[in-house]
Amino acid sequence: MNRLLFEKTGDAVWLSHLDLMRVFQRAFKRADIMIWHSQGFSPRAYVSIALPLPVGSESGCEILDFEIQDGSVDLAKLPALLNRTMPAGIRVLEAYESAVKIKHLTRLRAQITLEYDRGIPEQAGRAIAELFSGGPVLVKKRTKSGGEAELDLKPMIFSLSLREASAQELELTALVSAQNPSCNPQLLVNAIETHLPEQKPDFARIKRLEIYDEQGNPFR
Amino acid sequence: MTDQFHRLLMRVQKPARYVGGEYNQIIKDKTDVDVRVAFCFPDTYEIGMSNIGMRILYGVMNEMPGVWCERVFAPWGDMEDEMRAHDLPLWALESHDAVKDFDLVAFTLGYEMCYSNVLNMLELAQIPLLAKERDGLENIVFAGGVCAVNSEPLADFIDFFSIGEGEESTPEIIECYRAAKKKGLTKQEFLHEVAKIEGVYVPSLYTHTYYEDGTLAAITPEPGAPERVKKRIVQDLNTAYFPTKTIVPSTQIVHDRSNLEIFRGCIRGCRFCQAGFCYRPIRAKSADVLCKQAIESLEDSGNSEITLASLSTSDYRELEALADGLLEYCEPRKINLSLPSLRADNFSRELMMRIQKVRKSGLTFAPEAGTQRLRDAINKNVTEEEILSTCATAFSGGWNSVKLYFMLGLPTETDEDVVGIAELVYKILQVWRENGSGKKRGLSINLATAYFVPKPFTPFQWAAQITPEEYLRRVHLLQANLHAKCVDYRYHESDLSRLESVMARGDRRVGQALLEAHRLGCRLDGWDEYFDYEKWLEAFRRAGIDPDFYTTRGFAADELLPWQTIDVGVTTKFLLHEREKALRSESTPDCRTHCNGCGARMLSERRLCDESPAV
Ligand code: SF4
Repeated sequence: MNRLLFEKTGDAVWLSHLDLMRVFQRAFKRADIMIWHSQGFSPRAYVSIALPLPVGSESGCEILDFEIQDGSVDLAKLPALLNRTMPAGIRVLEAYESAVKIKHLTRLRAQITLEYDRGIPEQAGRAIAELFSGGPVLVKKRTKSGGEAELDLKPMIFSLSLREASAQELELTALVSAQNPSCNPQLLVNAIETHLPEQKPDFARIKRLEIYDEQGNPFR
Repeated sequence: MTDQFHRLLMRVQKPARYVGGEYNQIIKDKTDVDVRVAFCFPDTYEIGMSNIGMRILYGVMNEMPGVWCERVFAPWGDMEDEMRAHDLPLWALESHDAVKDFDLVAFTLGYEMCYSNVLNMLELAQIPLLAKERDGLENIVFAGGVCAVNSEPLADFIDFFSIGEGEESTPEIIECYRAAKKKGLTKQEFLHEVAKIEGVYVPSLYTHTYYEDGTLAAITPEPGAPERVKKRIVQDLNTAYFPTKTIVPSTQIVHDRSNLEIFRGCIRGCRFCQAGFCYRPIRAKSADVLCKQAIESLEDSGNSEITLASLSTSDYRELEALADGLLEYCEPRKINLSLPSLRADNFSRELMMRIQKVRKSGLTFAPEAGTQRLRDAINKNVTEEEILSTCATAFSGGWNSVKLYFMLGLPTETDEDVVGIAELVYKILQVWRENGSGKKRGLSINLATAYFVPKPFTPFQWAAQITPEEYLRRVHLLQANLHAKCVDYRYHESDLSRLESVMARGDRRVGQALLEAHRLGCRLDGWDEYFDYEKWLEAFRRAGIDPDFYTTRGFAADELLPWQTIDVGVTTKFLLHEREKALRSESTPDCRTHCNGCGARMLSERRLCDESPAV
């Protein structure tokens, strides 16, 4: 399997998962690399992007798998080749072969910046730390069937740290479960909004920092 | 900290359409730029980015040193609400700068129902709506596109119009503006200067007066303004500017593919078709040039589909060579070639079978009318025999769906013509029974009828539109005659077509209704989610305008028409002659059989039309 590691920053955070697949399908074509196509009525160049990133989040560690249809490709030169024609904010960092299956991508570290326009409330740091170090952290989650379900975040958060990045920004760094079950970092913000309405930020910015396998090594 | 704009984007649908940043967008250094153009498409990003004209002119303007042209689209309703709530002015995608800080604000007008968006976008940009309320050289608003041929409903809002093809006139306009800015001209002085450019129409230089019965009495140009404004054309499409390196949207748009225009104009002369007359004379691009441009466009964009655009693809002389050349490139690369507007003739049938190898697209016919008599009257040169034999070939080749398009309310239409549509559908079904393969899945026929809207610069420009009630009666008559289950019949709502009819042939007074409609909140009228007919009716009431005056009344042959100042090359005499033939159900041969003397070839420097000297 051929794999790309890429980042999604700036205005590219607004691209959806589907958009991103289009972007890469076209970028491969532009680079004259014929990747494997799905069969059927209208064949599509097949690319697979692990763990869809929520729209609006940044990431420095996105993974895309692809297969070459004809010929070969010089993986060492591929990042530069693709980056020549990428939209702003998408940058391929590495291209390599990998035998590691996506199911081994189990954890991810995310940075959640809580923005308080009128300054961080005095109690915020302590209250938030307590919320996540105590008992169950229940949040409401929409289910696939359209209903709502209660979800406990606690077992999905492996570690969490807090830091005042500025007078208005409280930075939360969390290591969470990436798959089975998956914990969207936005849920941590929802938990704060639900349980600590006084400490509700005006805005929360989320960035995926790194992904890991079961052993705690960066997933590649 | 995150800015307001970013926070709003978090809350709206499809935020990617508001930020630009796509591959091939043009970014310039503001210190090298002395003219900034905000190029506005009065509809959403998804529609606007599919527009070939906008891509061409974006390229044309950005080729000019010192000029930076950026894109602006109409926001969707959720974004508009956020903008209004947070006082965020409309911005351009490339720089994210506010449109109100631009020198020139250009609109492209592709269809009448975008007019309310023009007003709404100006307001969202925080630019005064009325041309007379904007004094300086900042925010000069101009517009082009096919609707500019009758721009009177927008005359109060737009400073000037660019009539015809903009590849050559747009740079002239920008240079004129640049000079005016340098010389410190007043807006009035600039408008007089720009009016000297051929193809530029400055509505404020013309006074329209009316008779008591409401019809137009006179159009009086100010001294110095031309009596008539002649449409601009590109003389040679082979050498005309065409961008093969264009913006590749990162998010899905309506026509998500490369797009090549193979020729302009049309040899057919269908009497209802505004484009067919307004894009004359007929000029083609050579197959060599097209192949080269197609390959360049595909290689640069990475698109997996290319479409060949024209009003009637089958009439392109080198179609076979072009299709061969393109298929040779496309097939091994799994690129779809799509050829819309193919006629139902023999050659097209074969070609259709060949492209089927790449993609199986639906079979589409637009006979427009149900009987040969009416097809002759509208000069739609397609016979029942052609349709049926194309269907036969296609059905035996595995196709099992047909799309059929008709119009109701065409001049001279009778009930017999309406029922004729049902009869044609029935005959297609018979052909399926005899030729269909894979019968298990059955045939599906999608039948659609539109409510005929008479357009300026066509032989039907004087015609009365039938009333909405009569239109619905014909819809029901047709419905009652359709029996087969496999027919899915859809008809256009009458409301939108009635409004379109008012805008298409409206005069300056209609601008007041447009303003009232805007004040009542009308925008995005092309979208069911937003179109609100009641508001429009209220707007007409408030403006004291009777829509019927422009729709069902019809215009007298000797009446002064609001769009008379514009000269698209086709003479009124010719249009009148065609109208008479229509009333006699008499067809006119296509321009390749012989030139019918419409006048359009006089726009060509060498008096040529359709590559051969016209007689
Ligand atoms: S000038 Fe003659 S050939 Fe050309 S479009 Fe007019 S009628 Fe047709």
